[in-house]
Amino acid sequence: MIRWLGNRFAMITALLVLFYLFLPVAYTFVFSFNNYKKSNITWNPEGSPTLKHWKDPCGAPGVCESLVVSLQVGVIATLAATVLGTLLAFAMVRHRFRGRGTSNILVFVPMATPEIVLGASLLTIFVQGFSNIGLQLGFWTIVMAHIMFAISFVVVTVKARLQSLDPRLEEAAQDLYAGPGSTFWKITFPLVLPGIVGAALLAFSLSFDDFIITNFVSGNETTFPKFVYISYLRGIPAQANVIGFSMFVIALALVIGGQLVGNARKK
Amino acid sequence: MSALTHVSAGAGETPPPVPQPARRGRGWVPYLLLLPGALWLLVFFVVPLIQLFTVSLQSQFPGYPGYYYRDLNFGNYVTAITEFAPQFGRSFVFAGLATFFAFCLAYPLAYAMAFKAGRWRNVMLIAVIAPFFTSFILRTVAWRQILADEGPVASTLNTLHLLPGGRITETWVAVVAGLTYNFLPFMVLPIYASLERADPKVIEAGGDLYANGFTTFRTVTLPISMPGVLAGTLLTFIPAAGDYVNAELLGSDNTKMIGNVIESQFFRVLGGFPTAAALSFTLMALILALVFVYVRRFGTEELL
Repeated sequence: MIRWLGNRFAMITALLVLFYLFLPVAYTFVFSFNNYKKSNITWNPEGSPTLKHWKDPCGAPGVCESLVVSLQVGVIATLAATVLGTLLAFAMVRHRFRGRGTSNILVFVPMATPEIVLGASLLTIFVQGFSNIGLQLGFWTIVMAHIMFAISFVVVTVKARLQSLDPRLEEAAQDLYAGPGSTFWKITFPLVLPGIVGAALLAFSLSFDDFIITNFVSGNETTFPKFVYISYLRGIPAQANVIGFSMFVIALALVIGGQLVGNARKK
Repeated sequence: MSALTHVSAGAGETPPPVPQPARRGRGWVPYLLLLPGALWLLVFFVVPLIQLFTVSLQSQFPGYPGYYYRDLNFGNYVTAITEFAPQFGRSFVFAGLATFFAFCLAYPLAYAMAFKAGRWRNVMLIAVIAPFFTSFILRTVAWRQILADEGPVASTLNTLHLLPGGRITETWVAVVAGLTYNFLPFMVLPIYASLERADPKVIEAGGDLYANGFTTFRTVTLPISMPGVLAGTLLTFIPAAGDYVNAELLGSDNTKMIGNVIESQFFRVLGGFPTAAALSFTLMALILALVFVYVRRFGTEELL
């Protein structure tokens, strides 16, 4: 018996830890069915579970507006950060040049800086510097901040993919008289593409879930996480649970779908 | 850091890096590739940090709260640090505790994924990342519900008379639990990545030579996973030390961390900008010092 437990100790602990990780997600899900009266913090057995919040996900004032802002910020910031970060990664892996060490540090340090410091420094520059040229806190300052912190994560992801590429594939293409342009577009780019897609998904999820930096640079604009945080004191509407859990399901489906496609390609 | 991004990029097995040929000639190409991204980081990371530093040295116009002039007022640092020393101390203690607990929980999970999971490995990997897909504020609020006085944990402990203060929320225990929870995946993924790269035969050999499971673990497995442990420690400690959401949602006034002070000095205290800037800059300096000690001691390649 003790032996049996000893062999499975790691696996049992692992399952308990996974349970711990999922517990709050389950709570979010369950409380989306709560027929609460004043605040959605305790379960009201009368009339619960109810589907009314799922039928009317925009029913709470402001919730869908904030979701739209988050999605727009996420898409713009992801596109920009993916392009800028991919270019940086190519430069840093494929070229030896002066200032390579400095660029490495420039990419690494934002990831090692606490979000609150990034938010605080951006707030000071936006309020005391860039506002002089007409830039007010709001949608675009959020986008600029999100591009900034997402770039480093894109660089690291694309870099890892580039570093694991076999250079002989490109050499082979050139031996077969492919020019530099067609070598890049026919060989290099398709091979790096999964890394770029992964980086873009990572950038989007970082942007979509960011609260601390957004809170500093958003002014009166409200993203989804900020909406949840602000409405905490008054009570978070169950519609936020509906949207939060739906995002969870969509993202999970994307990841699992991606895995299945990847596995199918390998075979 | 690559550990985290590798895994989240959906690459189940990490291929080893291949030495890349250096391109020579056409010296301007790398700079052209570099320019837009580096410029962006310069304008939105480096310049704001310089601005933050100058703000931290500004003085207030006497009689005009909320108006500052450029100055070299290093006194801001002295007053800020002495006034908010308890919050600073708390940030580092809470973050340290959360990092320790996250390690204790993450290691068995990463170990099971790398060596015991078999064909369930990718499923477990997705399961570790999946909670991230629900907004972290929603999950923190869920913890508030789980740990609340009438919630399952506190009421069970209370009926067993195991809870001295009678409650969990609004205590440091809740804040540390929240921090541990929020940053746990950042600890799991790098440890998993370093264990996954290890050759199971090496560990088996350890078993053959020592026969004792614990000794094998201490002398073989743990050293192999050390790069992952170090990366995980940084990835957990840094965001935990700067966090204020957990302390705000799960704690009370007695559990406020430095992030709470910075946030309220910026937004709720008139004339708080220099103090908040000085605190932010001190936090950043302390954490960067910590990172550089780490990097110096253990090399950069595993972290970058």
